[in-house]
Parts: sequence; structure tokens; C-alpha cells
Amino acid sequence: MHTLTALVASLPSDTTITPVTETVQAGVLLVAPLLIGIPLLSAAVLLLLGRRTDRWGHWLGVLASSAAFVVGATVFVKMLQRPEGSRVLDVNLTHHWIDAGAFHLNAGMRLDPLSLTFVLLVTFVGTLIHIYAVAYMEHDADRRRFFAYLNLFIAAMLTLVLANSYLLLFFGWEGVGLASYLLIGFWNYRLDYAVAAKKAFVANRIGDLGLIIAMGLMFATFGSVSFDSVLNGVSGTTSQATLNGIAIMLLLAACGKSAQFPLQSWLGDAMAGPTPVSALIHAATMVTAGVYLIVRSAPLFNAAPDAQLVVVCVGAITLLFGAIVGCAKDDIKKALAASTMSQIGYMVLAAGLGPVGYAFAIFHLITHGFFKAGMFLGAGSVMHGMDDQVNMRHFGALARYMKITYITFGCGWLAIMGVPPFSGFFSKDHIIEAAFVPVEGAPWRAWVFGSVALLGAAITAFYMSRLFFMTFEGEKRWTTRTDGEQQHPHESPRLMTWPMIVLAVGSFGLGWYLNAGSKFVDWLTPVLGTPIEDDPVIPALPLKIVTLALVAVGIVIAYRRYAASHVPVVPPVGTSLTRAARVDLYQDVVNDVVLVEPGQALTRSLVYVDRTAIDGTVTSVGRSTVGLGGLARRVQTGYVRSYAASMLLGLVVLVLVVLVIQK
Amino acid sequence: MSLSHYLVLAAILFSLGATTVLLRRNAIIVFMGVELMLNATNLTLVTFSRIHGDLTGQVMAFFVMVVAAAEVVVGLSIIVAIFRTRRSASVDDVNLLKN
Amino acid sequence: MSAALLHALSETGQTSSGEAVLFWFLAPVMVLAGIGLLVVKKAVHAALLVITIMISLAILYIAQGAVFLGMVQVVVYTGAVMMLFLFVLMLVGVDGSDSLVETIRAQRWIALIAGIGLAAVLVGVVVTAVYDAQGFSPEAVDNNPQGIAEILFGQYVFAFEAVGALLVTAALGALVLTHRQRLTPKVGQRERADARVAAGATLTPLPAPGVYARHNAMDVPALGPDGRPLESSVPRVLRIRGQEADAEEFAARIDRVLAGGSVVAGKQFGTSDDPEAAATEDNQ
Repeated sequence: MHTLTALVASLPSDTTITPVTETVQAGVLLVAPLLIGIPLLSAAVLLLLGRRTDRWGHWLGVLASSAAFVVGATVFVKMLQRPEGSRVLDVNLTHHWIDAGAFHLNAGMRLDPLSLTFVLLVTFVGTLIHIYAVAYMEHDADRRRFFAYLNLFIAAMLTLVLANSYLLLFFGWEGVGLASYLLIGFWNYRLDYAVAAKKAFVANRIGDLGLIIAMGLMFATFGSVSFDSVLNGVSGTTSQATLNGIAIMLLLAACGKSAQFPLQSWLGDAMAGPTPVSALIHAATMVTAGVYLIVRSAPLFNAAPDAQLVVVCVGAITLLFGAIVGCAKDDIKKALAASTMSQIGYMVLAAGLGPVGYAFAIFHLITHGFFKAGMFLGAGSVMHGMDDQVNMRHFGALARYMKITYITFGCGWLAIMGVPPFSGFFSKDHIIEAAFVPVEGAPWRAWVFGSVALLGAAITAFYMSRLFFMTFEGEKRWTTRTDGEQQHPHESPRLMTWPMIVLAVGSFGLGWYLNAGSKFVDWLTPVLGTPIEDDPVIPALPLKIVTLALVAVGIVIAYRRYAASHVPVVPPVGTSLTRAARVDLYQDVVNDVVLVEPGQALTRSLVYVDRTAIDGTVTSVGRSTVGLGGLARRVQTGYVRSYAASMLLGLVVLVLVVLVIQK
Repeated sequence: MSLSHYLVLAAILFSLGATTVLLRRNAIIVFMGVELMLNATNLTLVTFSRIHGDLTGQVMAFFVMVVAAAEVVVGLSIIVAIFRTRRSASVDDVNLLKN
Repeated sequence: MSAALLHALSETGQTSSGEAVLFWFLAPVMVLAGIGLLVVKKAVHAALLVITIMISLAILYIAQGAVFLGMVQVVVYTGAVMMLFLFVLMLVGVDGSDSLVETIRAQRWIALIAGIGLAAVLVGVVVTAVYDAQGFSPEAVDNNPQGIAEILFGQYVFAFEAVGALLVTAALGALVLTHRQRLTPKVGQRERADARVAAGATLTPLPAPGVYARHNAMDVPALGPDGRPLESSVPRVLRIRGQEADAEEFAARIDRVLAGGSVVAGKQFGTSDDPEAAATEDNQ
């Protein structure tokens, strides 16, 4: 085993290292199943014991989440002590999970730097958000149920990232989808919230279909759906069409889960859920599952360049799409959702670039997890202080009233724009550089995708500054509260501010810390291989300067329009682009026309066929039976003696037949 | 006279019993017809027992008698129960099977 | 010994002539009784005909060497089963169902055709059957009950137990089926007494008629302490029939009897103004 690892490590650095998996037989790493078990148990307790746990249920949720973090940190420390060559490990849960004909699968947990990165992100940010939610949901009668769902989500998300096969991953995939559905519709007594939950569920279903088809193709091609068999099985002899098919289907799945074009429409509506949910599920963790899927399937995508191009295109389109939509939204949460979409577009773009970008996609994912979660919590804090208002045109000048929120949100703001030394700078800068790296045989790509990434950075700076200034700067545009009183914004309780402060610290320093000495990239090397160090078409330093200049321009424009001048309370009509962006660039209309209406027409025609042809046949069979029954009913007189007579006649006939046959 | 005569007699008695069941309306007489059929069967069993020189046939007839006794007890109590509620012993009045 | 001769079969499987005579005597009786079952009007007559058939069958069993079964036939069927039939007939009584008028269309013809057809095919089966009649040895006939016992308690002991259980179950079933649920609470002596007090009726026994006290007949009312005749002292039946004695007329008769020498002569019965005096007069 060890020689093999050494052999693999000695391969040329420009090829992806094929992961060599060891199975954990004993030791501390065997506690890994607790990662999933603890939150799952807690969710079960909270859901099954019901109202009895109302008093302490939320603290149980926090405890479960932090216990998972402790376990995750233990595993992480243990992993750091191992040599770099043997950091890809499997913990078997069952030896025979599924044995069906030629299909054998054991359920196991894959512990490697990639999954552990996610484990730490999910449990750490998750725990902070749990703590935040204790205060945020204090006045909600169903707080216990909320925490049950949050724990369920943690368990499902950890299943997703720790699975060692696509099937187990799919299990977690569906689990997070379920948790997301339940949490978006948490206040489902409001019809539009319930509809939003349904929309998210249906959009995710399309993506799930992609994953199912991909698994079917994998089984047909490689005879298995475990990571080892599939990812090691990719070779030059596998047909390009099959590989492209699998990759595109995985991309479809990723699009559904990560709200990428063309399945992005659900994310904006998903803001119907309570704000901690938006922060945890729809910003930091679940929506990045698509990126995880692509990066996890890296060998597959590397072998399918056509599919990779599609991935890059999807990323680029979503990046611009989200940014444009973000410029027009007045709802603070929807603007943040649009920015999430755009940032994940960055990650997908990086993931599509191949070995040059995988590590940076994950890097951006981590930093984004911190600063976006921090900003969502900040938005929740603002809403908390402003009587659950979300319209930014009714905010303004909140900086003085909510200092902690202001500063922590500011850290997130600077981070997402990529202002040095905040963490977004390090991650996003890498992606822009990687996008400018020329691709052999297609020089246009570097210029097109590089420019898109650059443009995206500029627009990001504009709309995030718009959001920030409209909320915290400028003049007061407050309206009265729902109870008719004057608004009196106030800072949130400490249970809410502390998680925000921790996340702000992460937004500030995490990028710099992880980037220093390329720690993060090295950490991921056992899974993703050493990234290719190619020079972008524009040298790195001028590129940085151009990027920062564009960001500065974005900030200045936003400052002049939204901080230094009057912001109308009623949104102006705006240009046609603004109007389009306000309604998500007519995405829902397009969906309606392209998908929903033809689907409904098909359904109606099928119903018609069902009624006339199929039901008609069935009904006529039924009618004729009734007719026959009517005839037979005349024999049915109810007189025992008549029945006895028919029995006796039958007996006579039978005996007669026997008699005749015997002759 | 051969032993077949007994069998013929049994066949005739059986048919008479069956016809009684079909013709008579009084539930008690109908029941007597059933008993007559059972008795005819017993005669057949006894005769076959003699034909084969094997006592098992008689044992079978004995079992038939015991079961018939049990059947009579239950059957007559059903007739009594029906008579109590409907004030009639006619089998034609009990035609709920139709509805 | 004669019994053994009776059961013996000839080489060709023919019965003894004694048995043949017995058969040819009983068979027509049984068939006639069976036909009678179809045509008699009264259920009691039908029961008698069935008893005739059953006793005849018992005789035939014995003639065929099934001595034990013949006895059981008499005891179980005629002794128990048919008696049960008669008891139920007594309970149910006579009603329209005894009528022979057919109410179901074509039932009579169907029944006759089915009956005759059944008889025909069964007889057809029997007469075409070929068998080699063995018969019982005289010892076997003499030891018939022992032989049956050996088979019954040997080979068929479990069936025997099961049949026993069946009988117990049937007895219980009959109890359950004929059990009558009490719909109203039971009315006993205490309840009656309570009802009487509640209704405010007379609590003591009703006064006796004037027998011995005034006259030797039941129809004479007794006199109350106030000297008036007590209506309730005359038995209810007599009052309903209107047979109670007329008080006026009786008073006149008394006067006639007591005419001459009586202290209270001339005093009108029942009209005395002095109840004490009237009572004294009565008691004399």
C-alpha cells in the first residue's frame, strides 16, 4: 500500500493524482460516523418527543451541532498528523449495503481533505447559526421544530459530503433537499412561502433527475457507483460521449442544487425561509453542494473537455445573471440571494476550468461561506431591529443604531468585493487569474471567461455597495412599524451578535491565513492533485490592479447614487434592464412558457386520452359486467330452496357425466 | 337377493330426502329430509362395510351419526331463534340472501 | 347361532332368504314412508314417518351384522334426535308453512325432476358397480362392538376426540343461539312492593268476603267498620261477571231470616247511623 502511495505521489505534477483509498480499521478516526449520528439523533429526539422538548429543544440542537463540530475537528487534527500521501481514508459503515445481482455497494464514509473541509465549514458555520437562531427564533412558537430541521439538515449535509459513493451522496443530497423544503416552508401558513418551498422542491427535483441518470450511466459504464470504481475507472478507452453524458448530467444536478442557470429561479423565492436558514442553507452550505459534486467528480470532468466547457459557460452566465439581478433588487435578502447565485457562478466557473481551478473553487466556497453567512446574519439582525422589514428603500442610516451589525456586515461587504486584505480578495483573485489562463486550441476562452469574471467583480462591487449604502448610510427612510409605532432600530442581543463577530473575523482573516504559503491548496492536493501553475494571458500584477480599479469604480458609483444622494422610497421606473432584473430577467416567465405551459398542455391531453380511451374501455367492460350481472340476478331469488334445487341439478349432471365417462 | 338391493334402497331414500328439502317449506320437515339423506348414506356405509368385510365403514357411519347429532342441535336452535324473531318456520320467509 | 346364519352370504354373494324376506318387507315400508314425507300435511306426521324409516334402518343394520350401529341408531336417532324434533315442533307450533301449496314458480317440477334424476343416476351407478361381496364371519358379527371399539379407539382416536369436542361446541352453540337477552330489568317481589307503595294502593291484603261472618257465599260483600258493604271484598272475577249479591236484596233477606225475636229487627242493613251497633250486630 505504502509503495503504491509513494508511486502515486511521484507521478508528474501536472496530472491529477488518482486517489488511493485506505480503509480505516481502528483508531480515533472511527468516531467519524458520530458526525452524522449526533445531529440525526437530535433531530429524531426533537421531532419524536414533540412539544415536551419545547423548553430545552433549541439548546439540544445547538449541542448536537457543536458536538458534530468537535468530532469534525478531532478527525481534522488526526488527519493533519498523517503523512500527506495517506490522507484519503474510508470508514466502512456496512459491508453489504446493497447486493443486487452484479451491483454491489457498501456504505462508507470518505474522509479526505476535501470532505473534511466541508465538514468543518458545515459544522462550524452551522453551530454559529444555531446559536444565532436561538435568539432570532425566540418568539416563534415552533422554535423546537426549527432546530429539529436544522439538525436534520446538518446530518444530511454531512452525509452528502462524507459519502464514498454517488448513491450515498444522493441520499444526503435528497436529505438536504428535504430539509431545505421544510425550512423554506417553515412559515407555511403563508401561501406564498409554501409556494416558494414547492418551487424549490420541484426545481431541485430536476437536478435530482440528472444525478439519477448520471448514476445509471455510471453503473452501465463502470458497473458501480462508488467513487473509487468510477473515478479510478475513467480511462482513455471510455467513450467520450458517455463521459460527456455523465458529466452533463452531474452538471444538471449541480445546477439544480446550486441554483445555476437555467435552474436558478428557486433561490430568490427560497428567502421565504427564516433568515438563519438563508444564511446556512441558501448561502453557506447546501447551495455549494453542486460545486462539491463537480470537484468531487474531477477525474470525470477532466476526461470530458466538452462538458467542462459547458460547466464554464453555465458558471459565467450565472455569474453575470446573478450580478445583474442583484443590482435591481430592493429586498435585502433577495439581493443577497442574487449575489449568492453570482458567487457560486464564480465557483462553478473555476471548477469548470479543470485542475487549474478546482482548489480555488473550494477556496472561494470556504471564504464565501463565511462572509455570506455573516452578511445574511447581519441582514437578519437588521430585520430584527427594523420590525422584519426587508425593503432597503425603507432603511438608511442604520450604521449609528446598530454598530456591531454595521461593522460585521462591513467586513462581509469588503470581503465579497475582494478588497485586500479581506478573505474574498485572495479567493476571487485566484479565480479571475485562472479564468485568464489560456486553453490550448481555444485562445478565445481565456479572454471571454476572464473578461466575464472581471466584469462580474465590478458589478459585484456596485450592487454590494448599493446594498450596504442603502441599508447603513444615507438619510433615514424609515416607515412606521406594523403596529403603527415609530421604528426604533436597536442592536440585536448578544446571542446574535457573537456569531456575526466570529464570522466577520473569518471574513477578515481566513483568506489571508489559508492563502499564506498556499496552505489550502496544499491541503487539498491529496484529492485534487497539484494545481497547474500557468501564466494568465495578462500578467498577474496588472490583472490585480485592473480588478481593484474596477471594484473601486463600482464602489464610487454606488456611493454617489445611494449614499451621497437621495434614494427614492418608491422605486423609480428605471430602464428596461432594471425592470427585467427586478423580475429575475423574466426567468419565471421563460420557465412558464418553455416548461410549465407545454407540460400542462401535455398533462391535459393525457388526461383527455385517459378519460376517453382508457377509462372508456374500462367503463365499457364494467357496464357489460353490470349487464351480465343483471341477467344473473334473476336467478338470485333469495329462496334457499331454489339454490338447493340448482345444487341438486348440478349434482345430477356431475354424476351423469361420471357415469357416462366410466362407460 | 344381492347386497346391491341395499344400495338401491339407500339411493332411493337419499333422493326422497333431497326432494323433501326442495319441496317442503316447513323448516323442520326440510331438516327431516336432511336427516333422511344422512341416514341413507349410513345405510350405504354399512352395506359397503359388509361387502368389504371391514368394520371401518361402520365406524364411519358412527361418526356420521355423531356429527349429525351435533348438526341437529345447532340447526334446530337456529330454527327456534329464527322463529322467535319472525314468528314463522317457513324457509321461504328467510330470503335475506336476495337483499 | 341363528343370527350368524342370518348374516351369512352364499358363494355368489347372495343373502340368506330370511334376510331377503326381511328386506322385501321393510324396503317398501321405508319407501312409502319416504314418499309420505313429501305429501303429509302435518309436521308431526312427517316426524312419525321419519321415525318409521329410522327404526327400519336400525333393523336392516342389525340384519347386516352391524349390531352396535343398529342399537346406536335406535338410541341416537329415534331416541334423541327425533325427540328433539318433536320438542321443537311443540315450541314452534302449526303455521302456514305446513301448507303444501307451492309458492315458488316451477319449483315443484324442478324438484321432482331433480329427485327422480338423482335416484336414476344413483341407481345407475349402483347397479353397474361390480364387486366381490366378502361378508362377515359369524365371530366378527358376535364381536361386532369390540371390533368397532378397536378401530374407534385405535386408528380413529383423535377423530373421536375431535368429534367429542364438536358435540360440546354444538351444545354450547345451541345454548347461545336460544339464549334470550333480558331487555327489561327483572321485576321481583321487592320491586312490586315498591311500585305499590309509590302508586298509593292498598298495602294490606284486600278484605275477605262476608263468608261465615254474614253468609256462607263468596258473593256477599263484607261490612266495613262503618257498617257499609265493602265492594273490594268480593272476588274480582265475580264482580266482573256481575254475580255479586245485591246489597239491598240481601239486606231484605236477612231481615226475613231474623224476623221475630231479633233485637235489631227492622233495622235496615247498611243504613245504620251507628257503626258500633252495626258491628255488634255482625259479630253476633
